[in-house]
Amino acid sequence: MSKERIKISEDLYDIMPSDYQDLVKSATYGKEDRGWKDIGSSKELIEQHSLCAGCPESMAFRYILASLPNPEDTVMVGSTGCTSLVFPMVAVHNIHSLFGNQNAIASGLKRALSVRFPGRVKDVVVLAGDGATVDIGLDMTLQAWFRQEKFTTICFDNELYANTGGQESGLMQKGFVAKMAPVGKLFDKVRLPEIARESGCHYVVNCTVSKPSLVEKVIRNAVHIAREIGPTYLQLYTPCILEIGKNSMEGLQEMRDSEKPAERFAYKEYVSEPAKQLLAELAAKDKERKAAAKQLAGQA
Amino acid sequence: MADTHSVIGTQNKKGQTFTDTWKMMHEAPRTPSFFTGSEVIKEALRRASCDVMIAYPITPQSEAAALIGELFAEGYIGDYFRGESEFAVMSQCAGAAFGGARVFTTTAGPGTMRAMENFPMWAGARLPIQMIVTCRGINSPLSIQPDTLEIAYLLNTGMLVWHAETAQDFFDWILKGYMVSEEPDVHLPLALCCDGFFVTHTKDVVNLTPADMCLPPYDPYRSPVPCMDMECPPVRMMRDPFVMKSNYISYATHASWQQEIWAAIERSRKHSIHWLNGLIDTEDIDQEIMIVASGTAVSQGREAIRLLEDEGVRCGLIKIKTLRPWPEEEIREATKNAKHIFVPEFNVTGWLAKEIRATIPNPHRVHAGPHVCGGMTMPPEIIVSEIKTTLGMKSFSLAGRGS
Repeated sequence: MSKERIKISEDLYDIMPSDYQDLVKSATYGKEDRGWKDIGSSKELIEQHSLCAGCPESMAFRYILASLPNPEDTVMVGSTGCTSLVFPMVAVHNIHSLFGNQNAIASGLKRALSVRFPGRVKDVVVLAGDGATVDIGLDMTLQAWFRQEKFTTICFDNELYANTGGQESGLMQKGFVAKMAPVGKLFDKVRLPEIARESGCHYVVNCTVSKPSLVEKVIRNAVHIAREIGPTYLQLYTPCILEIGKNSMEGLQEMRDSEKPAERFAYKEYVSEPAKQLLAELAAKDKERKAAAKQLAGQA
Repeated sequence: MADTHSVIGTQNKKGQTFTDTWKMMHEAPRTPSFFTGSEVIKEALRRASCDVMIAYPITPQSEAAALIGELFAEGYIGDYFRGESEFAVMSQCAGAAFGGARVFTTTAGPGTMRAMENFPMWAGARLPIQMIVTCRGINSPLSIQPDTLEIAYLLNTGMLVWHAETAQDFFDWILKGYMVSEEPDVHLPLALCCDGFFVTHTKDVVNLTPADMCLPPYDPYRSPVPCMDMECPPVRMMRDPFVMKSNYISYATHASWQQEIWAAIERSRKHSIHWLNGLIDTEDIDQEIMIVASGTAVSQGREAIRLLEDEGVRCGLIKIKTLRPWPEEEIREATKNAKHIFVPEFNVTGWLAKEIRATIPNPHRVHAGPHVCGGMTMPPEIIVSEIKTTLGMKSFSLAGRGS
């Protein structure tokens, strides 16, 4: 597919919103090597957001939407929380239904798209907060992995319930004092990346969103592996600066501090054997494509 | 992707011919077959051109849900799997319907209650999912026996709610239900209810349409809201999500959307009348004594009328087929001559009697009962006894009633 699907009738062009005209003229639908570097020079798929100033989640959203390998055939599933305030402004079909049922929605959606569009790629990507993924929705998160549903689950881990005002969550650190944890959280941060691996995910990454190039790489890997092999899981630290007492400009530093070796968001990755093979094949194809492009450029 | 009409006359991969639904249901030859209600659900699904069915075991719908799995194995259903709970299953159904599939599921009693959060979401998202509800007890201590209390909880979800009396109703209404649900001016989920065990686990003669005919496929592009398949990429869907606004525009948006759901139920009225030949069936409505019922209570009422006739007491009958849309005008008209209206029900609260009382003039005419619940059967004799006692006629005492 390509931008072919997104066209405007000439007769209606002048009355279409400028957002839509821009999507047709300069979005990156159909661009094979789209990525974070397109940010700023092309029309982004996120129009604006209503998150707090400096919220790392807004950075994560922009990097992810710039990095989806196939946005023109991707449907996203969200859940209740800060992410649900952003999705209405995203130019990719997305579903919000209830709190915590995102992996169940995605299971039904992926199967319906497979029935309706056999032989065509239709990627499904879940993006939800840690309350939705690990607490209220844990059952459906895990069961989708057990069933080897072929979609990507992304958890924006801010280690608390941000949208309701900073309550304790399962991914919160032990000892952290928060609403509903008045004497400090009494148990450890749930080890979902390890659980994901044991539950059958073929690609699991735990990291922050401080480096856009890294986000691009893991998103592309996760979507490709989910498309071809089975479930994938990304746990991305997107700290809630408001609820941990930081200022707007301190989000990036908070992520950098948390990804140092031995810190809880030090880069961790698991890749299953079939997924490794797929990534090697994709890398070889990519190399071939780049060499061909280089040769073409040389001839010109 | 096939649109609904252009494929009529062509064949699906199982060799069934996509057939105009009216012709299939009303003109095609019927074959009498002796089946349980669960088997009838399977036979209806064989002809339903269903894309996705999601199953979960709970008595008394487990057999039907498993039989549809056999249909999937035979290639009649696009996809099929067992979910992990009713809450998850109903969300999986929603995901499949958001993706443009014709979706089917079945549940019962505690399953209906566990999944409840999904139902107003289905209606609000305008997903024309069909859910069979084989009613059973929802009380504690645990009961698996027939009891229709759960229907009361479904009435205000924004779903269409129909109540089948027999397996024949079931067969016809599963297929016709999709036709009503999927109309662009309706596009709402349907809870097609029956009384568990009485309908699911008993055998009856059911006239089936030919197995080589099936419904035209669902066309998701007739939906009044966009289908989430990225075939027509959106610009941002709205400027500000209404959930985060506390202002009049936000309230007005939510209010008008809720009103639109109920307006869609109203608009389903004309389609339901067309397909079901009216929202109610009536017999002998000139009588001063009427029995008004839904589900298998109708069958028991019919039998009670026969017994009363033997004693020279004439009594009319109203069978309510759709609870949402609620046949308000029809019930008012059909009960205008009645002095006594009896509403036999298989539940403890008498929700149907309450609905009728709120509908008709002079509601003191409504006698809420007899009630049975917790799995008890309703012998026609107790309906006869209730009517005779109320009318001051001598009634033989019934064993176990302490009278």
